[in-house]
Amino acid sequence: MLQAYLPSLLEGLRLTLWLAFLALALAMVFGLAGAAAKSGRSPALRRAATVYTTVIRGVPDLVLMLLVFYGGQTVVNAVSARWGCDACIDIDAFTAGVLTLGFIFGAYLTETFRGAILAIPSGQAEAARAFGMTAWQVMHRIVVPQMVRLALPGFTNNWLVLLKSTALVSVIGLNDMMNRASQAAGATREPFTFYLAAGALYLAITSVSVVVLRRVERRYALGVAKAAQ
Amino acid sequence: MNIDAIIESWPLYAEGAWTSVQLMALSVVSGGLVAVPLALARVSHRAWLWAPVACFTWIFRGTPLLVQLFLIYYGAAQFDWIRESAAWPWLSSAWFCAVLAFALNTCAYTTEIVAGALRTTARGEIEAARSLGMSRLTVTRRILLPSALRRALPAYSNEVVMMLHSTSLASVVTLLDLTGAAREVNSRYFVPFEAFITAAGCYLLLTFALLAMFRRAERHWMRHLAPRGG
Repeated sequence: MLQAYLPSLLEGLRLTLWLAFLALALAMVFGLAGAAAKSGRSPALRRAATVYTTVIRGVPDLVLMLLVFYGGQTVVNAVSARWGCDACIDIDAFTAGVLTLGFIFGAYLTETFRGAILAIPSGQAEAARAFGMTAWQVMHRIVVPQMVRLALPGFTNNWLVLLKSTALVSVIGLNDMMNRASQAAGATREPFTFYLAAGALYLAITSVSVVVLRRVERRYALGVAKAAQ
Repeated sequence: MNIDAIIESWPLYAEGAWTSVQLMALSVVSGGLVAVPLALARVSHRAWLWAPVACFTWIFRGTPLLVQLFLIYYGAAQFDWIRESAAWPWLSSAWFCAVLAFALNTCAYTTEIVAGALRTTARGEIEAARSLGMSRLTVTRRILLPSALRRALPAYSNEVVMMLHSTSLASVVTLLDLTGAAREVNSRYFVPFEAFITAAGCYLLLTFALLAMFRRAERHWMRHLAPRGG
């Protein structure tokens, strides 16, 4: 039975990975912007970023997803009606998934990136400024290269949670791996087999992610002596 | 904006919030109690002790909670011997399956949190206790656990908040928790925006309440680690 549905599951896995990568790209944008706002000088931006991270991290992913998927559509409809646009934009499950997951994990990455920025001694940025570097140069020559190493452990964690959260998008009807497992489970009346198979595939991608990212972490930590244990 | 529909259905939200809190409390308490001995096994040097626990946490932390919930709630029905067993009345109840899945999940995360805290115990503390003639069990009870559980508190507060949020999955298996209430309101009045925003606000309040409780607990239990003066 499993063999007959395996191609379908793997097709779903492809969609799951696409969803996760696109959401991660969006989350990186939100995360970097949020971290820049939080460690920047403008009080208004700082407050906005704080509200963003506090509210998003205080509400379950599923609720935000339902809000964007069902609530977002009514907002889009209202806006497009006001603009007199008949070609109504449909929010499909994939778009809603990418937008919501990107927005949610942007908040988590904001905290990860901010922590990394704070961990770089401020004397380094001051020294760079004293050498006459512009704020942009300080950022991409001094701060960002060191940030990668400091942010990687948190980033790994966020990525793993994001990967697992993609399963929630099946609730709003996306044809991802979880959804396909449910369909196969219903058709064959073998739910255990198919949810176990889906679970094994999720476990495989999270495990591979951990191995790869740990290797990257070690690479970026080469220049730092490890404390003797 | 349709506020009337929300005001009219406040009993639904209140009941949903109570269900969410119950789900969270039950799973966090039962999962947490099992996690402490598992964490002790996890940091053991004996492979037959740590390896099964490591395998358990690897599986439960590496797969989505939704998969775990579906495996227990829908998956168990696949086997006739389970359906004929005495456990079936339990396993066919969405409430029990949700609590079981949540408890196992939070147990896996809590085990690793506590194990991490156990590993950072200063070696000198244990050596001192041993040299005073305490047995291994006494050292664990008097020295190891009290300090490790305190140090695990900040990470554990995150885990409990995550668990509160995870209970929203209960709505997927027909339970009327806070998210379930919002879905019910949405399908009754078709006010998706208002319905889910209200639920989000309730979760936010519950999250703040939890965090405030943990801050108090940290002030009480971790006073010895607080910065001096000020």
